[in-house]
Amino acid sequence: MKNKFFFITIVSFFIFCFIIFYKGLNNSNIYVPNVDNKKNIPIFIAKDFFLENEVSSKEIFNDNNFYILNIWASWCVPCRKEHSILMVLSKNKSIKLIGLNYRDNFDNAKKFIDELGNPYSQILIDEEGTLAVEFGAYGVPETFIINKDKKIIKKFIGPLNIELLQEIEMYLK
Amino acid sequence: MLANQIGYFSLILGLVFSILLSVASIKNFNNNNKNIDHRVLSLSFLQFFFVVVSFLGLIFSFINSDFGNETVFNNSHTTKPLFYKISGTWGNHEGSLLLWLLVLTLFIFLFLVKSSDQPKKYRVLTILFQQVIIIGFFLFILKTSNPFNYLFPIPNEGLGLNPILQDPALAIHPPILYLGYVGSSIIFSSALSAVTQNYISKDWALHIKKWILVSWIFLSLGIMLGSIWAYYELGWGGFWFWDPVENVSLMPWLTLTALLHCVLVLERRLVLTSWVVILSIATFTLSMCGTFLVRSGILNSVHTFANDPERGIFILIFLFVLVFLSLGVFFLFHKENNKNSNEIFWLSKETSILINNLFMMYFLSVILIGTIYPIFLDVISNQKISVGPPFYHKLIVPFLIPFLLFMSIGPKLNWVKSKIKNKFELIIIFIISVFLSFFILRKSNADLLFNTVLISSAFYLFFVTIKDMFVKKLNNFSQSLAHLGFSLLILSILFNSIFSFEIITNIKVGEKFTFKKGNIFFEKIEKNENINYSSIIGHFKINDNKGKIKHLKPELRIYNQPIIITSEADIKTTLFSDTFLVMNAVKGKEYFNIRYQIKAFMIWIWISVLLISLGGLISLFERKHEK
Repeated sequence: MKNKFFFITIVSFFIFCFIIFYKGLNNSNIYVPNVDNKKNIPIFIAKDFFLENEVSSKEIFNDNNFYILNIWASWCVPCRKEHSILMVLSKNKSIKLIGLNYRDNFDNAKKFIDELGNPYSQILIDEEGTLAVEFGAYGVPETFIINKDKKIIKKFIGPLNIELLQEIEMYLK
Repeated sequence: MLANQIGYFSLILGLVFSILLSVASIKNFNNNNKNIDHRVLSLSFLQFFFVVVSFLGLIFSFINSDFGNETVFNNSHTTKPLFYKISGTWGNHEGSLLLWLLVLTLFIFLFLVKSSDQPKKYRVLTILFQQVIIIGFFLFILKTSNPFNYLFPIPNEGLGLNPILQDPALAIHPPILYLGYVGSSIIFSSALSAVTQNYISKDWALHIKKWILVSWIFLSLGIMLGSIWAYYELGWGGFWFWDPVENVSLMPWLTLTALLHCVLVLERRLVLTSWVVILSIATFTLSMCGTFLVRSGILNSVHTFANDPERGIFILIFLFVLVFLSLGVFFLFHKENNKNSNEIFWLSKETSILINNLFMMYFLSVILIGTIYPIFLDVISNQKISVGPPFYHKLIVPFLIPFLLFMSIGPKLNWVKSKIKNKFELIIIFIISVFLSFFILRKSNADLLFNTVLISSAFYLFFVTIKDMFVKKLNNFSQSLAHLGFSLLILSILFNSIFSFEIITNIKVGEKFTFKKGNIFFEKIEKNENINYSSIIGHFKINDNKGKIKHLKPELRIYNQPIIITSEADIKTTLFSDTFLVMNAVKGKEYFNIRYQIKAFMIWIWISVLLISLGGLISLFERKHEK
């Protein structure tokens, strides 16, 4: 009798734990940092991908335009996935799309662009990966929206998708 | 490429053999042969062999930087040094599970080889219970965490191993810790099997004690390595942070320590049987619970490799299957031996071990509640809280005083019934301890009364054990050594917290910062380039008032793959204290933020854990010697 009582109590206790843990799993605890809100873009000099000359950040961001900076690399698998989204974005005339080729081999990057198309109006080379750090990037791919005051207003970590594309178009309006 | 394929198919073959092994064991259980079938042994070997091949396959994929393998792609990079390419194999979720499986299959094979003097039915049932765990892990790996997932097109470069994992202590920390965790799975299966066979006896205690010792040694060392890593690499300036991940490794250690002591009783008298079984079940369940907590992403920690709910649910269900299985077995089969249990005399070794167990369970519940209460609260009331060190300190530290005192007296008692001898001597030692601690503490700002009592009890254990070591010579040397290590551990932790101090300040190159006991001069910075990171090294000169000069060079490392900035503290270790200096860049400012710490008796914390483990190791060989 005593044994049965114990058994039932313990089993119900564990079932209770199970339910709590199960519910806890669905609670998201990913911390989304509120980073780089309206941060100025860094001042830098970088090498142009095709022309191979040095360009400064002032020359690159000189138009009164919205800019989107996309960090990519040919070895980056998710970059391949988001490329079609970038191609769609490139058709939007109100923005300029800048690519930052991150720690890449030139030939591989060239092949990547030839194969999938070039959505960028300008590509910069970040061979050492230092420029990406200046922007506050954690890895590839990452995308930054820069407004007309040359401030970063939004940052996307990871590959873009259709929903994010719509969100970006919201910002541009 | 080839290694990847071989690895994957070996893993599947391993699962096939593990199912065959279960079938063979069931057949073997029912036949009338006295000995275990030879086929069971060979199947167990084959199961182990194919997991080894699979693991080697993964290691080769890492060495060759085969980025067609998703795990390698996510966790390696061509510029990583070879050592970290190899250790990267288990520095991620998939690979570490494969390592876990490797140790599981190794241990069941060793168990089979080493247990030939045990009853056949007990051995077969142990294999069956262990196979439940092994097959569960096979399915878990193949279904949710396959380390051999294929990527096409093959990327040219990998994403890199997290730099904070590129550390020698951390490279060996997972394997050692797993040996401890998985060792506890053998104890779990064997206890369940012994319950069904009504074989909880002195023979069983003698036989399982080896396994308990082995897992206990590895678990202690594994926890220590993790702690060393946190101290040197994370740069938080301490050795224990009551982080959930640390807590989940400490909980099985507490139950295992309690079990180790209980088994000593069971070796001699048939008492505490239910308690031994419950502890055996609890140890492994807590290890699994730890795996669940850190791998499912339900808690945020350095060990949360990926937040994948599917994995979480799998481990959760698996965990509770094991819990209910063991509960069922326990309630259906276990028969308490009532004859003996009332015969425990109040002053005996048994009582002191029971008291030790009560304390262990108390510490365990404090840690368990502190770790999982935030989850419960979050689910039930949507409140987010975090339980920090003050909670644990307030609830644990005062109870250390009686715990240490009992620990000093307990080992002196005899089995069954005893008297305290040499009372006079014990009192003298106690008085000496009190005076000594008062003398040490009188100049510090710490709470004098409380700390004097606390430190005297630690000193008391220390002196009593040392005296025993000399008087009793080598009789029970292992136990004295482990207890001595424990008293040293508590002493060094206490001195560490009382005599340490720290300074946090912002400082520019060329500046001098003066404090009470000396000054810090920031001489210059130096830049260096390495294969996988570039570094900024600060040169600091520290003068203390006694005229001693120290040069410290903390480092900031900017790893290139993935880009992460880490602070490498510069630590100068002496027998009495560690000098610790770490610097951090402040964004957009020309000054650096530095943290300067004197950590008293730091090295003794590691030394004492080593002594404790050494005690366990010697005990393991003592037993063999007696045979």
